[in-house]
Amino acid sequence: MSLLIRNGRVVDPAGGTDALADVWIAEGRIQKVGRGLKAPPGAEVVDATGKVVCPGFIDMHVHLREPGFEYKETIASGTRAAAAGGFTAVACMANTFPVNDNRAVTDYILARAKVEGVVRVYPIGAVTRNLEGTQLAEMAEQAEAGCVAFSDDGKCVMNAELYRRAMEYALPFGTPIISHAEDCDLAHGALMNEGLVATELGLSGQPGAAEDVMVARDIILAELTGAHLHVAHISTASAVRMVREARARGVRVTAEVTPHHLLLTDEAVRSYDPNCKMAPPLRTKRDVEACLEGLIDGTIDCVATDHAPHATSEKEGEFAEAANGVVGLETAVPLLLDRLVRPGVVDLPTLVARLSTGPARLLNLPGGSLAPGAAADVTILDLEQAWTVDPAAFCSRSRNTPFAGFSGHGRPWMTVVGGVKVTP
Amino acid sequence: MSAREKAQVLDETGLDRALTRIAHEIVEQAGGGEDVALVGIKTRGVTLAERIGAKIAAIEGTKPAVGALDITLYRDDLGLKAAQPIVRSTEISFPIKGRTVVLVDDVLFTGRTIRAAMDALMDLGRPRIIRLAVLVDRGHRELPIRPDYIGKNLPTSRRETVAVLLREHDGVDRVVIQEE
Amino acid sequence: MGWKRKDLLGMQDLDASEITDVLDTAVSMKEIASREIKKVPTLRGKTVVNLFYESSTRTRTSFEIAGKWLSADVINFSASGSSADKGESLLDTARNIEAMSPDVVVVRHKASGAPALLARHLRCGVVNAGDGAHEHPTQALLDLMTIREKKGHLEGLNVTIVGDVTHSRVARSDIFGMRKMGITVTVAGPPTLIPAQCQELGVKVSHRLDEAIASADVIMMLRLQHERMEGGFIPSIREYSRVWGLTLARLKPCRPDVLIMHPGPVNRGVELSPEVADSPFSVILDQVGNGVAVRMAVLYLLAGSKGRA
Repeated sequence: MSLLIRNGRVVDPAGGTDALADVWIAEGRIQKVGRGLKAPPGAEVVDATGKVVCPGFIDMHVHLREPGFEYKETIASGTRAAAAGGFTAVACMANTFPVNDNRAVTDYILARAKVEGVVRVYPIGAVTRNLEGTQLAEMAEQAEAGCVAFSDDGKCVMNAELYRRAMEYALPFGTPIISHAEDCDLAHGALMNEGLVATELGLSGQPGAAEDVMVARDIILAELTGAHLHVAHISTASAVRMVREARARGVRVTAEVTPHHLLLTDEAVRSYDPNCKMAPPLRTKRDVEACLEGLIDGTIDCVATDHAPHATSEKEGEFAEAANGVVGLETAVPLLLDRLVRPGVVDLPTLVARLSTGPARLLNLPGGSLAPGAAADVTILDLEQAWTVDPAAFCSRSRNTPFAGFSGHGRPWMTVVGGVKVTP
Repeated sequence: MSAREKAQVLDETGLDRALTRIAHEIVEQAGGGEDVALVGIKTRGVTLAERIGAKIAAIEGTKPAVGALDITLYRDDLGLKAAQPIVRSTEISFPIKGRTVVLVDDVLFTGRTIRAAMDALMDLGRPRIIRLAVLVDRGHRELPIRPDYIGKNLPTSRRETVAVLLREHDGVDRVVIQEE
Repeated sequence: MGWKRKDLLGMQDLDASEITDVLDTAVSMKEIASREIKKVPTLRGKTVVNLFYESSTRTRTSFEIAGKWLSADVINFSASGSSADKGESLLDTARNIEAMSPDVVVVRHKASGAPALLARHLRCGVVNAGDGAHEHPTQALLDLMTIREKKGHLEGLNVTIVGDVTHSRVARSDIFGMRKMGITVTVAGPPTLIPAQCQELGVKVSHRLDEAIASADVIMMLRLQHERMEGGFIPSIREYSRVWGLTLARLKPCRPDVLIMHPGPVNRGVELSPEVADSPFSVILDQVGNGVAVRMAVLYLLAGSKGRA
C-alpha cells in the first residue's frame, strides 16, 4: 500500500530539512522526499497543505501496565493513546506485574504488542529482580529478547555496588541504564516538592537534593564503568547542571524531561488535586526554567511523558493517599506546541528533534528520520487546530491528568506507522 | 673450576677395542642361555650401553634389550648440595623381573652411583642377577662394590678427575685424566 | 640451572627457565605413577606439613600422595577441630609447627598473602597451595604441564580463560605463568567478573564467548561459585550457564584439536555441559594426574634447597 503525503512542511532534523516537500511512502518505507512527486497508481494521497510533516515521534518513557494492571491501561489502549497523541513508538517500563525482569515477560509484552499494538512497542527490562534492588535481573537474555534499555523506574536502586555491577554487566549489550533518581531516605514520606508551598499546605516535601544526590552518584558510576546512563524525568536545576558538566567531561550521560516538568510548578498543588501528584514532584520556577534551558541547548536530549495511568479511584480523595503519576501521551504534543513553539520559546525543528531524533538515537532505534529507506513512521501536525483537554475523550483507559480544561492551538493531525495510518 | 688435561689414557681405537672386549665377555658369560639386558646409567652410560648392545648384535645376530636409568631420586647426597640436581627420566621398556641385567656406566669411582642404580633397579622389579660393566675403574671405592667387566683399570689420585668424551655427546671418542 | 628458592609462593615470582625446570622434573616424576612400586627414597626422612585453612580434599590429597611417593612423612593439619578454632593466630600456629622441624609447609588460606607472611617467618620452605584470590602456583604448573604434553610446546599458543576471573587465584596464576612462557592469553566473561584494568596484565579481554574461543588452542573454564549471584555479579546461575556455558554446539566452530581444561571441581551443566566434560576434547583427568607429578617436583626441589630465600 503506498501513500503520498503532499505539500506539507517537512521538518526532518536528522537530514537538516525544513521545507515544503512531498513524501512518498511504499512497502512500509520512505521511498522519496522531494517537490512535485507524482502519485503512483493506487497510491493514497494525503493533502498536507498547511501541515507539518515530521519523523514519527517516540515516547521513551511510558507505563503500559500490561501484564498485571490492565484496569489502568493495556497495551492496546496505551498504544491507541500514543497514536492519538502523535507517537509512532513507545518504550514501556518494567514495573508491570509480574515485573519484566526475565525473558518470559519480555516475550509476552512483544507478543501482545504484535497482535494488539497500534504503534511500535519497545520493552525496557528491569535492572534488578522484581525491582527489589538486591539481585541483578537476567539482562543478557532480556537484551536478546528485545529489551532496548534497563530501568527499575518507579524505584531507585539504592545499593551503589549493585548498580555499578548492573552498569558493567549490561555494557556488552549496548543498552542504556535509565535511572529513576530518588534517594528513598531523603524522599521518605514526601508528597510534593519541599518549599514554601509545601510549608503553607502542611504537606511533607522532598528537597530537590533527593534527586540530585542520586544523579550525582549515578553520573560517577557511569564514569567509572563507561556505561551509558540516561536520567529519567529530570526535574531540578542542579541535576540539569550536573548532566551538562558531566557530558562536557566526556561521560556518557543523557536525560529526558516530561511536559509537566516544563509547564507546571509546585504552585499547581495548591488545589490539593491528586492529579498534580507524581514522582519526581512538580518543582520550582527556577527548576522549570533550567529544564527549559537544558531542553533548548541539548543537555536534555528528549521529551518523554512518563505516561503513568491510574484508575480514577486511585487519583481522587486525600492527597496523601493518591498514587503517583499522570498520563501524558495525548496531551504532550498539543501542550508543547502551544506553550513552547507558538510563543517562540523553542523552535519547531528543535522540538521535533527532541521528540523523534533524540529518543531514536538514545535507544538505537530505527526511526527519527525521513531519509529514503527509513521506516515509514510519520507524525503530521496541524499547528493551527484548536483543542481543549477533555479527559473523558481520552483513548487511554485512565483520566489522571493535571491539564484537564487546558486549551490551545496546534496538535497532531495524523500518525502513520510503517506506512499505515493509525490515527484513532 | 677449570680442569687441565694431564694425560690421554684411551684414544678412539683403544676405546672401541675395550668395548668390543666387554661385549665378548658379556656374551661368553651369558653362555647363550641367559636373557641379558643392558641398562645404561645416565648420561654417558646409556651411550656406552647402546654401543655394547650394537656390538653384541654383530656377534650374536640379535640385539639385547637396552634401557636407560636415571638415579637422581636415589642419590644419597640430596640436600647436601646448593641446589637439587636435575631429574631426568628413566626409560626401561622391558620387564626387569627374572632378568640378567648388566648395568653400564662410564667411570666407577666411589661406588655410590652404582648403589643408587641397584636400588632404582630393584624398585622396578626383581632381577635374577645384576652385573656391572664400566669403561674405566679409577679406584677409591667407599662402598663394597666391584665391577664384572672393566674397560681399563686406571689408578688415580683424589685430586684428579677422569673424563670420558664420547662422539655422540662431545664430538670425539677419548678418555683423559684432568687435574684442577 | 638449579632451583634456588626457599619457597614457591606464586607464578609471578618465577622466570621462564624456572618454570621449565619444574615442568621437566615433573615429567620424570610422572613415570613413577606407572610403576608397580610407587615409591622412591628421595625425600626419606623429610617432613612435609599440609597446613590447610580452607577445606580442600583434592589439592591436599594430591600433595599428600606426592610427598608419600617420595618417601617423605606427610602430616595433615586442617583448620577445623584444631588450634585455629581456639583462636590461635596463623603465625602462632605456624611457629608451633615449626618447632617440630618440618622441611616443607604447604599452606592454603583464604587470605591473599598468607603464605608470604609464613615464608618470612618460617625457616623451612613454604608452598602456596592457594591464597585467597591471589595465586595457586601448582595449579598453573600442572596446567602448563598438561598443555605442553598435549601440544608439544607452549610458545605461540592461544589460551582462553572463561569465567569468574575476579575471584579466581587459578586464573591469576595461569595468566602470570602462561605469559612468561609466550602464550597469548584471552580472558572472557561478563564485565562484572573481569577485574579492573585486567588488560594491563597483558591479556585480551572479551565479553563474547563465541568470539573469544573461536581460535583458541586451549579453553580453560573456571568454576562458578553460587555466592556470585548474591553479590550482584550475575543475575542467576541459569543465565550464566546459558550465556557462558560450554556445550558441544558452541564448540563446533572451534579448532578440532582444541583442549578443554578445568581446575575442578566441575559444575556439570553450568560451566560445562556433561557431554563436553566427558568428550575427547577434555583433558581434565590428565590435569589431575599431572597435579601429583608437579607437586612431587615442587617438593623435591624445595626440600633440597638450604633455607635461603
